[in-house]
Amino acid sequence: MDLREYIALVFDDYTLRTITLGTAVLGAICGMLGSFAVLRKQSLLGDAISHAALPGIAIAFLIIGVKSSSIFLLGALISGLIGTFWIRGITQKTHLKSDTALGLILSLFFGFGMLLLTYIQKQPNANQAGLESYLFGQAATLLESDVWLMVIVTGISLVIVLLFWKELKLLLFDPDYTKTLGFNTKFLDILITTFIVVAIVLGLQTVGVVLMSAMLLAPAAAARQWTNNLGKMVFLAALFGASSGVLGTAISASHNNLSTGPVIVLVAGVFVLFSFIFSPGRGLLFREIRFRKNRNDLQLHKTLSFMYNIASTHEDISHPHAIKILNNFQGFTRKSLQKLEDKDYVKIDGPMWSMTETGYHTAANLYNQLIKEEDE
Amino acid sequence: MSSAQIEIQLIASVVAIACAIPGTFLVLRKMALITDAISHSILPGIVIGFFITHDLSSPLLIILAAASGVLTVVLVEFIQKTGLVKEDTAIGLVFPVLFSIGIILIAQNANDIHLDVDAVLLGELAFAPFDRLGFNDIDLGPKSLWIIGSILLITLGLLFAFFKELKVSTFDAGLASALGLSPAVMHYGLMTVSSITTVGAFDAVGAILVIALMIAPAATAYLLTNDLKKMLVLAVVFGVGSAITGYWVAHALDASISGSMTTVLGLVFLIAYLFAPGRGLFSVLYRQRQQRIEVSLLTFLLHLGNHKEVEERHVKHLNEHINWQKVQSKSVLDLALKNNMITIDNDIVSLTKKGKDFTTKAINYIVTNKNSEIENMKDDFFLFRG
Repeated sequence: MDLREYIALVFDDYTLRTITLGTAVLGAICGMLGSFAVLRKQSLLGDAISHAALPGIAIAFLIIGVKSSSIFLLGALISGLIGTFWIRGITQKTHLKSDTALGLILSLFFGFGMLLLTYIQKQPNANQAGLESYLFGQAATLLESDVWLMVIVTGISLVIVLLFWKELKLLLFDPDYTKTLGFNTKFLDILITTFIVVAIVLGLQTVGVVLMSAMLLAPAAAARQWTNNLGKMVFLAALFGASSGVLGTAISASHNNLSTGPVIVLVAGVFVLFSFIFSPGRGLLFREIRFRKNRNDLQLHKTLSFMYNIASTHEDISHPHAIKILNNFQGFTRKSLQKLEDKDYVKIDGPMWSMTETGYHTAANLYNQLIKEEDE
Repeated sequence: MSSAQIEIQLIASVVAIACAIPGTFLVLRKMALITDAISHSILPGIVIGFFITHDLSSPLLIILAAASGVLTVVLVEFIQKTGLVKEDTAIGLVFPVLFSIGIILIAQNANDIHLDVDAVLLGELAFAPFDRLGFNDIDLGPKSLWIIGSILLITLGLLFAFFKELKVSTFDAGLASALGLSPAVMHYGLMTVSSITTVGAFDAVGAILVIALMIAPAATAYLLTNDLKKMLVLAVVFGVGSAITGYWVAHALDASISGSMTTVLGLVFLIAYLFAPGRGLFSVLYRQRQQRIEVSLLTFLLHLGNHKEVEERHVKHLNEHINWQKVQSKSVLDLALKNNMITIDNDIVSLTKKGKDFTTKAINYIVTNKNSEIENMKDDFFLFRG
């Protein structure tokens, strides 16, 4: 299937259109709320909660006995919230650290959920088939009503985030100050955590319990590399999330045997990798380039000041010296010498070099300038 | 009990012990979540190993899977070192990507590979006794028992050989490197052992429940003791106990063995979380309430000490002046009376000699503000605690 065919199919085919829209909306809400999770250092909360939601789904099924994704979402939401607040309880009331608490809730709830799922599978109830799709997600099971639900929830959380924008921003970066200003930090905290849980629960059906945390983290971690502004970061994260959803769906739809969830996660992973390397401000590539440039500059300065020391012992500063006498000095290469000449600091004449007036002046003020720059 | 049942319980117990030992150190080193990452990201290693060996229990596969576990740790640390994201984000990014690669590899080769993603997550303990190791037609017992048993032996050997080093590097990495023990070697050693144990155990209990077996017994033990040796022993006891109880629960419900083992572990942790003496939720809440009342008592005694006037020391005055609720003022007053710190004469409260001494010392405490002092002081003065 080539690209044009695929695009035509997106508009014609009900399933493909629903899935594409669903994953796009899901990516957007996850990116938006994930930004808060990442900045609040709650990255792995997503992992814990998505696992903790499993028993809720199983219990919801045990109670109503039929498959209904909205009831399942409710069950998942409740057990996700119980998990979240138990994690808080463990870290606040005991000396166990947050990593232990997260790991405990994650594995214990998941184990309990698996116990219930296997128990349900043994029941004589034909409706139970497909409950496992929540483990790895099955985007193909998305219905138009599910997408509408996602759109509505995304809309609500967008409104809430915009409404409490100032307070949430303040809470992110300085919780103590927020408290002293008289805002109810507990309420804000619970508000944002609840919405993060809602986003995770929404994604379970599509990408599944195991990979949900990446959906939440990856777009936000990628967006973080491009900007230091919260608004831009949230917007970028939503954009990255939506594009990895759409791209992932497209790739998995055009190949056999590729489940959507893992592909979306891999696409999001590629976004992260690209951002880590190529973002201009923080990226590894530009950091390395800056690092090299600084090192070269430093070496140039070192050579220049060494030359200055030699030249200053002479009455005539532009008295030529042999290049050889620089040999026992580390920071000099043919290239750096050439650079110095380009900058008109020295003159090279065969095997001899001599300092120019500008070079002498710059070298004399080299350290003064540095000090001045630091002062500024 | 049939021999298969005994074998299953034996395997489960050995897995529990093998997990509890590295788990204890991981919990103490605040690295519990790395087990989560490892248990997911060994999947591509297992799949690739399976392509090569076509045998789920071959040593090569275990080594490859363990290597991908260690690779996860290295990747996480690399990302963390770049400073682009925080440590937890680094963990959360690495393992889903590796896990996705694993799932896609399985899905792509679904026809030639007899490997079920569900089995990777859940394991199938019930089938473990059927895969037997034979030598010259002599039945040597289940294969997985041999695998996890040898892993346990290695773990135990390393534990006894390097106990002191592990202890020092866990609690004081600075001291360890000053003494010439390399914390890095201990760190990667522990990571390797955890990876190998995870791989060995995943066959029996599945990738996610390995996390439970590593963290839950150790965390429960940590709520009960502060002594490393006791903690190790308790973790092993909790692990084995939950494994065997879990087996019988699963037997009764006809459900997943690993799921019910985890559920039992969860219940054991819940009990410890609520009732652990000194550390559990109830004793923490009780202590907080006690301290609140005792602080109120101190405030009250200081107030009395500062006021000689009769009207300031009237019982009725307490409510309005210090702004306490009725119940609280009553319990504070009762506590002070019980401890002979005040006398009430015609509704006028006055400090006794003991009350005055206590107040003076308490002011001293507040000025010097040493936390340990006030608890000893309270022991000296209080007949009854708040």
